[in-house]
Amino acid sequence: MMTQVPISWFLTLSAILFALGVAGFLFRRSIITVFMSIELMLNAVNLSFVTFSYQNKSIDGHLYAFFVMVVAAAEAAVGLAIILTIFKNRSTLNIDDIESMKN
Amino acid sequence: MQLWLIPILPLAGFVINGLFGRRFSKAIVNTIAIGGVVLAFAWVLKTLLGLGAMDSVYIERYFTWIQSGSLHIGCDFAVDRLTAVMLLVVTGVGSVIHIYAIGYMAHEGGYYRFFAYMNLFMFFMLVLVLAANFLLLFVGWEGVGLCSYLLIGFYFDKQFATNAGNKAFIVNRIGDFGFSLAMFLIFVNFGSLDFGSVFHQAPSASTELLTTIGLLLLVGACGKSAQLPLYVWLPDAMAGPTPVSALIHAATMVTAGVYMTSRSWPIYVHAPPAMDAIAIVGIATAFFAASIGLVQNDIKKVFAYSTVSQLGYMFVGVGCGAFSAGIWHLVTHAFFKALLFLGAGSVIHALSGEQDLRNMGGLRGKIPWTFWTMMCAAVAIAGVPPFSGFFSKDAILLAAYHHAPWMYWLGVVTAGMTAFYVFRAMFLTFFGSYRGHEHPHESPPVMWIPLAILAALSLVGGLLFKIPDFLQTSFPAQEVPENPSLMPISVAFGLIGIFVAWLMYVARPAMADSLASAFKILYTTLYNKYFVDEIYDATIVKPVVGGSRWVLWKGADAGLIDGSVNGVGTLAQSVGGVLRRLQSGNIRSYATWVLFGSVLAIVAIAIASTLPLGGLQ
Repeated sequence: MMTQVPISWFLTLSAILFALGVAGFLFRRSIITVFMSIELMLNAVNLSFVTFSYQNKSIDGHLYAFFVMVVAAAEAAVGLAIILTIFKNRSTLNIDDIESMKN
Repeated sequence: MQLWLIPILPLAGFVINGLFGRRFSKAIVNTIAIGGVVLAFAWVLKTLLGLGAMDSVYIERYFTWIQSGSLHIGCDFAVDRLTAVMLLVVTGVGSVIHIYAIGYMAHEGGYYRFFAYMNLFMFFMLVLVLAANFLLLFVGWEGVGLCSYLLIGFYFDKQFATNAGNKAFIVNRIGDFGFSLAMFLIFVNFGSLDFGSVFHQAPSASTELLTTIGLLLLVGACGKSAQLPLYVWLPDAMAGPTPVSALIHAATMVTAGVYMTSRSWPIYVHAPPAMDAIAIVGIATAFFAASIGLVQNDIKKVFAYSTVSQLGYMFVGVGCGAFSAGIWHLVTHAFFKALLFLGAGSVIHALSGEQDLRNMGGLRGKIPWTFWTMMCAAVAIAGVPPFSGFFSKDAILLAAYHHAPWMYWLGVVTAGMTAFYVFRAMFLTFFGSYRGHEHPHESPPVMWIPLAILAALSLVGGLLFKIPDFLQTSFPAQEVPENPSLMPISVAFGLIGIFVAWLMYVARPAMADSLASAFKILYTTLYNKYFVDEIYDATIVKPVVGGSRWVLWKGADAGLIDGSVNGVGTLAQSVGGVLRRLQSGNIRSYATWVLFGSVLAIVAIAIASTLPLGGLQ
């Protein structure tokens, strides 16, 4: 039997990934990168869901993880379509230039 | 008997002329307006002939007007002998004045509007006298007030006319307030507003209640009939055209208070204090107004104060229990005062608008018809026997002597003053030499024929129409002992008044001025109408206007209400102005806020879970 990897390692990894996602979301300017950061955060959360599911011997966490994947897939489709349209209309992907919702 | 036709005919005239009169020629407007009133007069005659002796009340019930709980008010008309007298006066004198108005208004603008309002007035006045319950009477009461307002302000481009209209309307509101309270009291205590039902129950009610109702009704009557202390609107009401002064402010509307109090005699006879109040208000008004009339220089103002004074006589009659004498004076007064006003209108017409007595004089030969007809009215109002005013005034004074001798003496002094001021106006207008600049011309026949009709009525009205005999069954019998020694006294006072006027204004014209300067304070007080308008202005109008402006408008409305409403708006605006900065449009700043918020939430939850309460569990 394999030596069990402690739960805290998984959770720490999840936190690190989530923090990386947040940092990427906040500090990168390219929409694509921001978008990828969101995916990263979602997957970090997925990781903690699955971890807790394993620890609690419960299927709930898996279910949530699959839900999140489905939503993320849909979001990726819609989000990429939006990004394409933005680029087509403005020929820029700099997130700071897209501020027409202001005022 | 189709009583409804009587008021509907003038109403039809009002509707037709009011809607289409602008496009009609004057002849068509005349036909419709005069036709409506004359037909109403004819219908009154036919109805009264058909009713015969009228020993009991004849009632026609048309429809239920208001039905709410135990309140039942029908649209009912009733005719008894009192109503018959009023109907004849209103439609008869009204017809004559309408005809006169054709000539008087011939050169005025708004011709159709004038006749439309006059017809509307006739409608409301007829509703007032025909009504078989207090509320329907009140409809007529308010309606005539409205028409009075409209016609006083007929020359609405003149500031003083609109002010006078407002004054009349507002002062009458005070009276109507009393009338409304009286109606509420009547309904609460008797459960009905029908004359028949109320007057049937009145004798069994307590004296206090009947006195309260009677006094409140008197407040209403004081407003409408221009008695102290609410008389101030009537002299100003002369801003309207002269036929209006004759019809509304002399012959009919202002007598509505006398009619209403006489109609309510079953309430008053069981409320002696209220009767006393009527008599005292009446005699005080009669004396007070006559004394002001002594020195006025505007011919219409003289007759206006005379009207107030004569209405006071009628109230004395009612207050002394001589209801029929009061109504008798109402009738004769309608003849001679309408004639005086129409005559004054004819003089004003002849002088192209001049109203100041000081600019008249010597018109006797130039406008003879006007002179002779007005002379008939003057002798009638002065109480010279055997003309109409003599009989009715004497009946009232006799009752006053029986009631309280001091009222009689005040009454005869007033009669002397009445004779004086009327003949002063006559002498200043028609005698001496002409002091004006206009070229006087006699009025057309359409004006002097009505004058002649009224002159004949003023002369023989007292002999022909023995109103007290006719109304004997309508009112409670009153034992007034014959007192033949009183009659010469009042006649003598009247003749002295005429003589003094002749002395001062014909024989020795300088005497008036020297007397005025000898009694300067008295003269100034009278000339300025005892400063009543100024006193009211200072004690009532100014505080009310000031309170409304500074407390209610600027304080409560603009300050409190507007302030709080605007304050809420301003608050939302300024809070929004601060929050607006959060919506920068920069996605990364939003994200920062989200991060910030979630960290804050996590920290808060962590702190909350360490609290002694045991956190969220």
